[in-house]
Amino acid sequence: MSISELRKLYSENKVKPSEVVRSCLDSISSNDSRIEAFINVIPEDAMKRARHLDLESSGGMPLYGIPIAVKDNICTKGYETTCASKILEGYRPPYNATVVDRLLEAGAVILGKTNMDEFAMGSSTENSAYKITKNPYNTEYAPGGSSGGSAAAVAASMVPVSLGSDTGGSIRQPASLCGVVGLKGTYGRVSRYGLIAFASSLDQIGPITRTVEDSAAVMNVISGWDSRDATTIPDSTGDLTRGIEKGAEGMKIAVPRGYEEMDVAGEIKEILKGTIEKLEAENANVEFVELPDMDASIACYYILANAEASSNLARYDGVKYAFRAESESLEEMYERTRGEGFGDEVKRRVLLGTYVLSAGYYDAYYKKAQQVRAMICSKFESLFSRYDLVMLPTVPGPSFRIGERIDNPIEMYLSDIFTTPANIAGLPAISVPAGFAENGLPLGIQLLAGYAGEAKLLRGAAVLERMYGFNGNKTE
Amino acid sequence: MNENSYETVIGLEVHAQLLTETKLFCSCRPEYGADPNTRVCPVCMGLPGALPVLNKESVTMAIMMGLALECDIAPESVFSRKNYFYPDCPKNYQISMYDKPLCGNGSLKIETDAGERTIGVERIHLEDDSGKMSHETGRGSLVDFNRCGVPLIEIVSRPDIRTGGEAAEYLMRLQQILRYLGICDGNLEEGSMRCDVNISLRRTGSGKLGTKTEIKNLNSFKAVQKGIEFEVERQRSLLERGKRVEQITNLWDQDRGRLVMMRSKEEAHDYRYFPEPDLLPLEVQGEWIEQAREMIPELPIERERRFKNEYGLSSYDCGVLCADKGVADYFEIVAKTTGLAKKSSNWVMREVMGELNNLACAIEDFPVYPENLAKLIKLVQDGTISGSAGREVFEEMIKSGGGPEEIIKRLGLEQISNSIEIESIIEEIISDHPDEVSRYREGKKKLLGFFVGQVMKKSRGKANPKLARDIIIGKLGG
Repeated sequence: MSISELRKLYSENKVKPSEVVRSCLDSISSNDSRIEAFINVIPEDAMKRARHLDLESSGGMPLYGIPIAVKDNICTKGYETTCASKILEGYRPPYNATVVDRLLEAGAVILGKTNMDEFAMGSSTENSAYKITKNPYNTEYAPGGSSGGSAAAVAASMVPVSLGSDTGGSIRQPASLCGVVGLKGTYGRVSRYGLIAFASSLDQIGPITRTVEDSAAVMNVISGWDSRDATTIPDSTGDLTRGIEKGAEGMKIAVPRGYEEMDVAGEIKEILKGTIEKLEAENANVEFVELPDMDASIACYYILANAEASSNLARYDGVKYAFRAESESLEEMYERTRGEGFGDEVKRRVLLGTYVLSAGYYDAYYKKAQQVRAMICSKFESLFSRYDLVMLPTVPGPSFRIGERIDNPIEMYLSDIFTTPANIAGLPAISVPAGFAENGLPLGIQLLAGYAGEAKLLRGAAVLERMYGFNGNKTE
Repeated sequence: MNENSYETVIGLEVHAQLLTETKLFCSCRPEYGADPNTRVCPVCMGLPGALPVLNKESVTMAIMMGLALECDIAPESVFSRKNYFYPDCPKNYQISMYDKPLCGNGSLKIETDAGERTIGVERIHLEDDSGKMSHETGRGSLVDFNRCGVPLIEIVSRPDIRTGGEAAEYLMRLQQILRYLGICDGNLEEGSMRCDVNISLRRTGSGKLGTKTEIKNLNSFKAVQKGIEFEVERQRSLLERGKRVEQITNLWDQDRGRLVMMRSKEEAHDYRYFPEPDLLPLEVQGEWIEQAREMIPELPIERERRFKNEYGLSSYDCGVLCADKGVADYFEIVAKTTGLAKKSSNWVMREVMGELNNLACAIEDFPVYPENLAKLIKLVQDGTISGSAGREVFEEMIKSGGGPEEIIKRLGLEQISNSIEIESIIEEIISDHPDEVSRYREGKKKLLGFFVGQVMKKSRGKANPKLARDIIIGKLGG
């Protein structure tokens, strides 16, 4: 069930929020022991809120009665928010993230917090301190990460929509591996206030949905300037659900030159080829271009993201909240709290980040990465002065078996190769389910747009969605 | 070895807490002495997910200080993170300006024994303050986060200072300007103004700087001077014995009047500065600078110069009166109302400032309003009361806070300006002192003062001395 379908049912008085929420909660209790998408479910409070909404009219609330799952790195007042880390076990924020306030104002009902890679570091949702989320298409496979719980919850029809966060592809990559739509807006489109930071200059919250239209509807609600986040941009895109049905005619779309030789699954190449033909048949203008260097982009990403992470994660020291290891001295408390509270991947990245920022290495790593970033930004700027969209794979291939890559960080990092450029350049990007690999697992195609180009992006995504024949009902 | 063969090089880093309505990155109101952890929010506590948003007022104040010290204001400055673990620093990084500060390249003139000197100001930047630790036996270590996020400016001098005395003078001048601008209360004891000192010695004439050491925790002008003198002697003695100065950080122990080593270079931090990604670069346009400029009042040096020209006072008097903006404002009201600059200056410097000292009171809380003091000065001037009665009235004004006319009436201090009354007193004195009268008439004119004194004594100070003098001359001859 998509948001638009639910909205129709509500407007026709065919169903009440409490019935919809109840059915989602039922779906969670029957499916989640298998999928393990949720870290926490809040059935009583969700039902209470839904019954309250039953008594209100839906007027003026764009997400009236829409059940939603929220990634566990987004602060929910009074509800445990852990980033899937032991170090934040039991932490209940005293405030809501701006996106949460906006969802509640819009009438949405939060059902629970979804599993993720610890502190959003990972591409498989295997790096959680609590559980490993499974791909709903095949539970031996990873759902992708780090928003794997949010993607799996939507893919398994436990909720129609969820929120994820995307630092280097963490919304689009699991969306692609789980066969759902994942959108990351322009950096600053959605307030980060209340999003527990991984890498501040890259992080963005975004929706994971069954359809492109739903993605636009959620984006409408959560985006816009926020006085509490100095990096937000004024919202000038208007209603993003309008104009997405305009079609491909006249759109100028760039595709990486030589995509046939790229190290990606054959099925994806086939899909791209077919898409290009169909787009041209619909009078879109497709051209092959040199994309900004992907290898440089991913290297730059891992330096900047980890540098910022090392600083952002310094606050977890056992002094103020959540987990504290017993110890004799302050120094020992810091060491043991962080030693026992953080998982291996987090430690690996904090160490890397600390290293690249330290005296003597700053110029060679951090400063160089900043320069590469500026170069990538300007290349994209010039590219988007000539094209409306860039089309490329979201991930090099379908999902992988759980455990298959966990001991090979480099291979894991490379699964973000097509997604990081959008974060580096702060551009909006979306992954749309494009079909299936031979093993029956979903594949996604990604679109990128220029700065603040969400409207174009969603219009293009709606074209792909129609071409691939997905209407949000693939697993039902 | 000659004692003069070394030159002392001193640089000061001064932190001043800005008197903003709200903290640097959130809307909490700073309040000195509030109950621990009651002036905090997710932002200043650095709770997971909270983000800083820059308070414009603090930027305006920092620009004001920059302009007052003739700095260039950077069109774009950048906040960076300074990373270090400390339990009273909730994020374990401080947000400060690093390689692109808001103000740079300024200067401050100070008066020294060797005449006026100009001390370079390398930079002024904004940063957030940390919390406060207290270690209590039985209760362990406690943290109060109230002060977290309170805006500070750090004013970094060039290494142009040569003596402890100059350092104290520089610091005093900074305090004076901060107070004139109304952007910091300059209270060293409460820590709203803090000072760290860097000191090195080099061979006189050498262009190369020696190894520097740092002194932290200096919370009075005296401590700054003493601490520096102590450290200069220590370094000199090391160098003279051919030993090396190690790069260390010392703390000044107020009670024992000596330095205590805090850490050595090996323990120095690598702060891993990098641009704060949660804040955009700070752009300061011309209009903002002009707004800040308009908020700058007349500064002490200009004011001293004007007092000299406008009121014809001595440099010394101008310096004393302008040391405190409140005192200078007070003086100006008195001087303008009376039209008697020198007399007003004497009253303010002797009586008012003397009393402020005795009462340990700020001019703003002084019970005698400048308008009332002006009235009093005029009453003395026009002879309504004598000078000595004037001081009595002043004392009474401090006690009761009333106006001078009312007090004069109540105490019956009006001067006797009635010539008949004075004449009858003089008659009595002439008959009581025949010897003096004849000596006066023989030419000992200096005795005039004696007769006037006798009149004042007999009238219990109420007789108008000028009138008395005229009548005596009339009776005894000039």
